[in-house]
Amino acid sequence: MPDIKKGMLRKVPVIFELGCEGREGFALPEAEPLTGEPLPDRFRRAAPPLLPRLDEVSVVRHYTQLSHWNHAIELGSYPLGSCTMKYNPKINEITAALPGFTRVHPLQCEEHLQGSLELLYVLEDSLKRLTGFERITLQPLAGANGEFTGLSLIKKAIEAKGEGATRRKILIPDTAHGTNPASVVLNGFEPVSIETGAEGHLLPEAVVPHLGPELAGIMVTNPNTLGIYEASLKDIAAMVHGAGGYVYMDGANFNAIMGKVRPADIGVDTMHLNLHKTFSTPHGGGGPGAGPVGMTAELARFAPVPVVDRRDDGTFTLVTGSDDSMGKLHPFFGNFGVLVRACTYILELGEEGLHEVTRRAVLNARYLRKRLEEYLDLPYQVETLHEAVFSDKTLKKETGISTMDIAKRLLDFGFHPPTVYFPLIVSGAFMAEPTETESKEDIDDFVAAVATVIGEARENPDMVHNAPHNTGVGRLDEAFAARKKILRYTPAETDPVD
Amino acid sequence: MRYLPHAPHEIEEMLSVIGAGSEEELFASIPADHRSAPSEPSRGLPEFKLLGVMEAMAARNRVLPVKLAGAGVYFHAVPAAVSHIVSRSEFMTAYTPYQPEVSQGTLQAIFEFQTMVSELLGLEVANASLYDAATGLGEALLMAVRVHKNKRTKVLISRAIHPLYLKVVETMLGSFGGITVEYLEVCDTGATTLPEAIGGDVAAVALGYPNFYGVLEPLDQAAGLTTASGALLISVTQDAALLGTLAAPGALGVDIAVAEGMSLAGTMGMGGPSVGLMATRSALVKQMPGRIVGQTQDTGGERGYVLTLATREQHIRREKATSNICSNQALVALAFSVHIALLGHLGLERINTLSMNRARRLMDGLLTIPGVRRVFSGPFVSEFVLSFPGRVEELCNHMVDSGVLFGIRLAPLVSAPELADAVLLATVETLTEGDIDRVVELAANFYGGRK
Repeated sequence: MPDIKKGMLRKVPVIFELGCEGREGFALPEAEPLTGEPLPDRFRRAAPPLLPRLDEVSVVRHYTQLSHWNHAIELGSYPLGSCTMKYNPKINEITAALPGFTRVHPLQCEEHLQGSLELLYVLEDSLKRLTGFERITLQPLAGANGEFTGLSLIKKAIEAKGEGATRRKILIPDTAHGTNPASVVLNGFEPVSIETGAEGHLLPEAVVPHLGPELAGIMVTNPNTLGIYEASLKDIAAMVHGAGGYVYMDGANFNAIMGKVRPADIGVDTMHLNLHKTFSTPHGGGGPGAGPVGMTAELARFAPVPVVDRRDDGTFTLVTGSDDSMGKLHPFFGNFGVLVRACTYILELGEEGLHEVTRRAVLNARYLRKRLEEYLDLPYQVETLHEAVFSDKTLKKETGISTMDIAKRLLDFGFHPPTVYFPLIVSGAFMAEPTETESKEDIDDFVAAVATVIGEARENPDMVHNAPHNTGVGRLDEAFAARKKILRYTPAETDPVD
Repeated sequence: MRYLPHAPHEIEEMLSVIGAGSEEELFASIPADHRSAPSEPSRGLPEFKLLGVMEAMAARNRVLPVKLAGAGVYFHAVPAAVSHIVSRSEFMTAYTPYQPEVSQGTLQAIFEFQTMVSELLGLEVANASLYDAATGLGEALLMAVRVHKNKRTKVLISRAIHPLYLKVVETMLGSFGGITVEYLEVCDTGATTLPEAIGGDVAAVALGYPNFYGVLEPLDQAAGLTTASGALLISVTQDAALLGTLAAPGALGVDIAVAEGMSLAGTMGMGGPSVGLMATRSALVKQMPGRIVGQTQDTGGERGYVLTLATREQHIRREKATSNICSNQALVALAFSVHIALLGHLGLERINTLSMNRARRLMDGLLTIPGVRRVFSGPFVSEFVLSFPGRVEELCNHMVDSGVLFGIRLAPLVSAPELADAVLLATVETLTEGDIDRVVELAANFYGGRK
């Protein structure tokens, strides 16, 4: 008998616990036994892998039942700060699935890939116009992969000047994503953390002591992860350039400045864009994303290969480029299906629409900030753009209720909580980004839920502390998972692997 | 605009709550000298026009119905149920499962994916996926160096690994610095020649399984040599489907196995989005990159799943993390899982037997043409290299006229004299015997008959 919870939510067995030998979920021609040159026994499996033995109906039900256990942007608000959980237009799915795009082999000759190359060209061109860069590579597979790419370009430029041995330091503000320092290390550079000023900005004074022959560059998220525009970035860029270094901009928050600022114009040498944030491609439960990287004319000679160019006759060609190229990020063209979705979005909205998106994203974020200020501490008072970061400081002191407790209790009201405990410089950070696709009443409802939880924190703290109460499972024990290390299903009752 | 749910009066109300006179005022924190006035912003398109534009663009690609090309991209038959499941809003429009209580669907699906990968690769622990097999191989090499606490910094890499994967690996290792790469040459069988004695400075040996030329590397022998020297053996498989039939890399002694899953996920068109599978021995899990899902329990003792062992990862460890990777290819991994669940081991065996039979029919047929010869003698599965008696580009174009993608010419990818007129051919289960016979006939006619 199925184990049914409230609302017909089903407890879902692990897929390996279902079915039996003899069931088939495929429709393939019968296969004759292998004839001709044999496959040597030493290369054959001794025993079949343990895989599900199910018909199609059971497989579809299994995954559909599992899907009911997820929150998703199409079910309700998902105000994760810095993650930009906006609506993912349906038309993008239709265009990404067009057979012309999905049924070609990436190594077919370029005459047969004119449609795909045109798409890459149009997308690059659109992103160039928005950012001001000379060249955009579309190969990087995600934001972090884009960071790796931009830093590699910088490394190439430094090496080309014969300064590779000395210029090894990359400055990173303390508000940065963890991917920034990790990417720096992967490029053989040394990360140097610098402090954000008291008002939440990066100040030129923080950079001055590091200017010198060891400085490779600086990595700045702009607007930063507090949602604050880095007003000194142009001056800082000039200082870094003066010292022989380069400026990388983490464009995770580019949705806040589209149509207002072209990063190349303020001295940024290279930056990545997250197509799954700013340009509406679905997050898919964690990926695939895409992290195109812009670069100045100076860095363009190091661009990953191939690049797409348009010939005089209007056809498109793949150029493998110079010997200076930093190489390749992906064997083919990156997460191509993601690129189709983003290109579709850009063509549908046009720059006019994209500029409107930015205005509305900031309007929503500022409205949410204003409304939430009534209930939570706001550690940085200066103006913010697309998101705002609150703290649980006062609430925790007065009630013992923390950001994590609020987050879990919000689930009971049907809201995915904001990003919690990031950025690290805010104690008990509660980082909210509504995005432009939430309506005023969505935001009002969210604020009402937060207000209710804060009220409970004072009157009935146990209710909050023991949340969630309405989700399919209760609060999950992360320490237990780390200790037991049950990382796969094993038939004879889940023994840990070690 | 249809994605912006704001009535004009609501915008006014919101501005008045904020205390701003206009939306423009909200950007006052951006200094004037940072601003670039957009010159004539482009206008958008209504959906019906947009669709026409995109359809026309897609139609400018030339789809060849009969594909005999692989090289990392295999056009398997992917059932409609796969794309249907991954199109569900709850999977497609969810974020990374950081709040496990409302992400059990994604988390359990990944836990099941990890189990499938662990089974196919024959190793105890799989992660939640990496970008693709090429970056997976690069990550595996970096992982091996970490396992040796950076005391061994040399890696031996087979030249018979996919040349485009090698380009990605070169980029990764080159930028990281401090790692010495030596390439292992390919012998007449198409297998990699591993030196009898591997130095004590070698952190890892990497081989293709099967390799780029379709040849099965004797991983068990390689494992003996690498283990004796204390190095780790890494394998990379371009099509995970083969591992339903082939001996699992782990069973042959591989320490870190990597494979590409997009060809089963159905996202192989134009080469991506891809999905990299990685598995290793449980003793090495602390050095593994990428997300991992683990089983746990909730406050009521009920089974549930969470992201675990996060102390390896960038959001906790920052510059000391095992990798900078933050995402995984979750939706592609889900598509892979759904397809594997539909196939089971019998379906995978069926696919592989069909592909192998078609490959043998194609090879035997083409070998009846004078001057066509097999380049490598080693055992193969469903991908192989033949050398043709000249005019190869013309031959491929001739095939195109009949709707056939006749393999991948190797000359642009690998510079080796013996491969100047060589074509890498691959077969999948969707090809019929009639397709194969027709292609052989076309080739025979092109070269003027058979032996």
